[in-house]
Amino acid sequence: MSEAASRAYGSLRRILAEPLGMLGVVLVLLMIGGAVFADLLAAAEPNKISPRDRFLGPSLTHLLGTDQLGRDLFSRALHGGRIALSVALISTAASLAIGVVLGLIAGYGPRWLDNLMILLFDAIKSFPTVMLALALVTLFGPSLTAVMVVVVLVNVPGYGRIIRTQTLALKSAQFVTAAQSMGAGTVRVLRVHILPNVIGPLLILASMDIPVVVAIEAGLSFLGLGVRPPTPSWGAILNDGFTAIRDTPWIAIAGGLPIILITLGFTFLGETLRDVFDPRLKRQG
Amino acid sequence: MLYYSLKRLGLAVAIVSVAMLLLFTMIYLIPGDPAAVALGPRATEAMREALRIKMGLDQPVWIQFWNFFVNAWQGDLGNEVLSDRPVAKVVMEQLPATLALIAGGMVWSVALGIPLGCWTAVKRGGMADRIVGVFSVAVIAVPSFVVAIYALLIFAVTLRWLPAIGAGEPGDLGDQLVHLILPSLAVGIGWVGYIARLVRASMLEVLEASHIRTARAFGLPDRQVTYRYALTIAILPTVTLLGVGIGQMLSSAVFAEIVFARPGVGKLVYDAILTRNYPLVTGAVLVTTVLFILINLIADLVVGYLDPRVRSRL
Amino acid sequence: MNVLEIQDLNVTFATEGGPLHALRNVSFDVPEHRIVGVVGESGCGKSTLINAILGLLADNGQVDSGRILFGDHDLTRLGPLEMQSLRGLRISTVFQDPMGALNPVISVGRQMLHIQYRSDLGRSEKNARSVKMLRRVRIPDPESALDRYPHEFSGGMKQRIAIAMALMMEPALLIADEPTTALDATLEVATIELLQDLQAQIGCSVLFISHHLGVIAELCDDVVVMYAGEVVERGTTRELFHDPRHPYTERLLRCDPAGQSGRTRHLPTIPGEVPDLRVRPAGCIFAARCHRYEGICDTVPPEVGAGGHRARCHRVTP
Repeated sequence: MSEAASRAYGSLRRILAEPLGMLGVVLVLLMIGGAVFADLLAAAEPNKISPRDRFLGPSLTHLLGTDQLGRDLFSRALHGGRIALSVALISTAASLAIGVVLGLIAGYGPRWLDNLMILLFDAIKSFPTVMLALALVTLFGPSLTAVMVVVVLVNVPGYGRIIRTQTLALKSAQFVTAAQSMGAGTVRVLRVHILPNVIGPLLILASMDIPVVVAIEAGLSFLGLGVRPPTPSWGAILNDGFTAIRDTPWIAIAGGLPIILITLGFTFLGETLRDVFDPRLKRQG
Repeated sequence: MLYYSLKRLGLAVAIVSVAMLLLFTMIYLIPGDPAAVALGPRATEAMREALRIKMGLDQPVWIQFWNFFVNAWQGDLGNEVLSDRPVAKVVMEQLPATLALIAGGMVWSVALGIPLGCWTAVKRGGMADRIVGVFSVAVIAVPSFVVAIYALLIFAVTLRWLPAIGAGEPGDLGDQLVHLILPSLAVGIGWVGYIARLVRASMLEVLEASHIRTARAFGLPDRQVTYRYALTIAILPTVTLLGVGIGQMLSSAVFAEIVFARPGVGKLVYDAILTRNYPLVTGAVLVTTVLFILINLIADLVVGYLDPRVRSRL
Repeated sequence: MNVLEIQDLNVTFATEGGPLHALRNVSFDVPEHRIVGVVGESGCGKSTLINAILGLLADNGQVDSGRILFGDHDLTRLGPLEMQSLRGLRISTVFQDPMGALNPVISVGRQMLHIQYRSDLGRSEKNARSVKMLRRVRIPDPESALDRYPHEFSGGMKQRIAIAMALMMEPALLIADEPTTALDATLEVATIELLQDLQAQIGCSVLFISHHLGVIAELCDDVVVMYAGEVVERGTTRELFHDPRHPYTERLLRCDPAGQSGRTRHLPTIPGEVPDLRVRPAGCIFAARCHRYEGICDTVPPEVGAGGHRARCHRVTP
């Protein structure tokens, strides 16, 4: 086994040794597995309307029941996971990329640019998240792209600030000064000497942000401002269920349960990751 | 203290200005013609042109922004499309209901979070500490609108303990409070977790401080040491964070208002989106943003006042 | 009459690597009206000793055996509430760190008021008492000092305020835990003189903890030398400084920079390290670092007898 692989194995064992970490890993794997193998696990088509099966309660054929159009909720919940996870992955990756670039510019660039960036970050963060999301969705029209733009806008200030702070700290570190004096260009210094040192904590932070991203997508879809029907999304199922909450509560349960499970899973995992890789914080927690 | 307050105020003004610029940019980048969007498909070209001139859309960008900027600072956010009433007035009418909801959420989070955090810090490592720890993480993680819907389902629909919708009879304070319980719980429960964790962490740090050892060595009673000598310091970071908390509760309030069919800014914006009443949307976003910045400003100043170290240094 | 008698005190801490024997068979007396110095390197158990006396041992620490006699009480047997009623009233403490010793968000006057919570005096009488104490420790303008917060005072003033608070209730015993270590040299002298004056005025006994031999020689009547949780030698200050018997005391005196005659290129140190207290050696605790080591030291632990000038060493004839 290579050194990196054995290190990764060691970290994994430390995560699994914590009960909460174990639970987090199980939940996350369960939800990812459900999304990836949705077609195999659920026999029913997620969007197949069958008027005769409307509002059926949970049973062996329909594990979570059916909705107002007779669609199988179990199948819709699994397929909803695909939407949630792909939105989470794509928009988190985009936020990371943009946040890193802006943060490096702020931290490594001239002072005025730094101040400008910080003001920009603070201004973006001063919008209440949902209000910003509502404004943007109004402007762009409801779509998955709009949801992802919202996520990027919400996440970038936080990531940018962290990268900036760490870059500032590293900028005057000896090994960076040494590299500069040997004639290394700005891009090389940033890529070889600074980026590898700042990316670790950021990745842990990003993993802890995934529940927030899932919540934004589900929330907007719940308001009817995210994915367009009939695409299965947890938020959309929740909305269907909310409309009919007095008579057929299982629809709301089917929409809310996966959101609860996946946010808990990622949060437990993220907490354990932080405790394992950042022992300074563990002392307090 | 005066210098600090002025500096902090200046920063707040700068942030509000940049936020306005961002908002204006977003409006400007709207694909399509705002006048056409606002008037709908049946409007004639003449009507659209008239509205464009009325909205100042025929002028250069920078003049448009300047007008928007100056008007906004003067409290003029334009008129809404449906009834042609001033946006600022419409938003302000709905604001008290939202603020009441947030205040309710704040009461939940402070009333539960601070004792929980304090208690688990004193009993650290025990079973209760572990359970509260997991509970805190869980309520932070689960989105507030899911909490709202499940709370509605459990306490209002199934158990019928509490009313499901509305804000209660106007003028009947008791009824209004009863209607506030579930929505404010949904808004505040995540912050119960945040505050419990924050207070616990800073309590643990403060309890290690040497002045706490001194207080014990002087024979002060444990209760006084914990609540008077330690908690008053441990609570300071929480006050700073409450400003951020109110911003997040503002977001949760949007969902709570929609789920529980309560009046408020969130419901207003949601309805405005559905009716394409764009000036109302941007106006409400701007008002809530300014409110959020203002609250953070106040939180910082309050911390400055509570902590004599900060009070004199700044 | 002894104000404090410590008899065969043993304290252990439960740690991840097994029990840590922090104090072993510690015995010494603090007689009335006398200042007793406890000296030793960091980690020798000085802080544990103080916490054991005050009943403030950490949760994982406990007194295994021995007695701490204070007046009619055995402090090791008192409950938390009885212990609390002695602290600040009969036994008071001044700690090392003057910067952090006072609560930063409560005014000095209010903190001094809190300490007097067991007194029957009215509020204004209590404040008058605080002012009197502040004047005794030479705080300028004591009336207005009551309304000020700790950060408004210098380090030396904070330490004097802490001393005023400690002596507020005129205790029988003052424990001073390196009270001058964090101060610079001129302040150190002033603080020591102040402590001496106040001790004489109030007539209390002082247990003075320090690693600074010069201060001990200046201030104390008796000295207790500790090493790795054991008392290795005790006697009057004169006896100990002029006739050190334990090899550790000898080395300690020789290492003191103040005792160096003429110019030296390097300060002498004691070779070796303090042993791991989780695995105490069978014989003498100092054997591994001792320059007068012999065979018996490895196997038989030396003991100290009672009374007079004593050293825990096989080479010393009792």
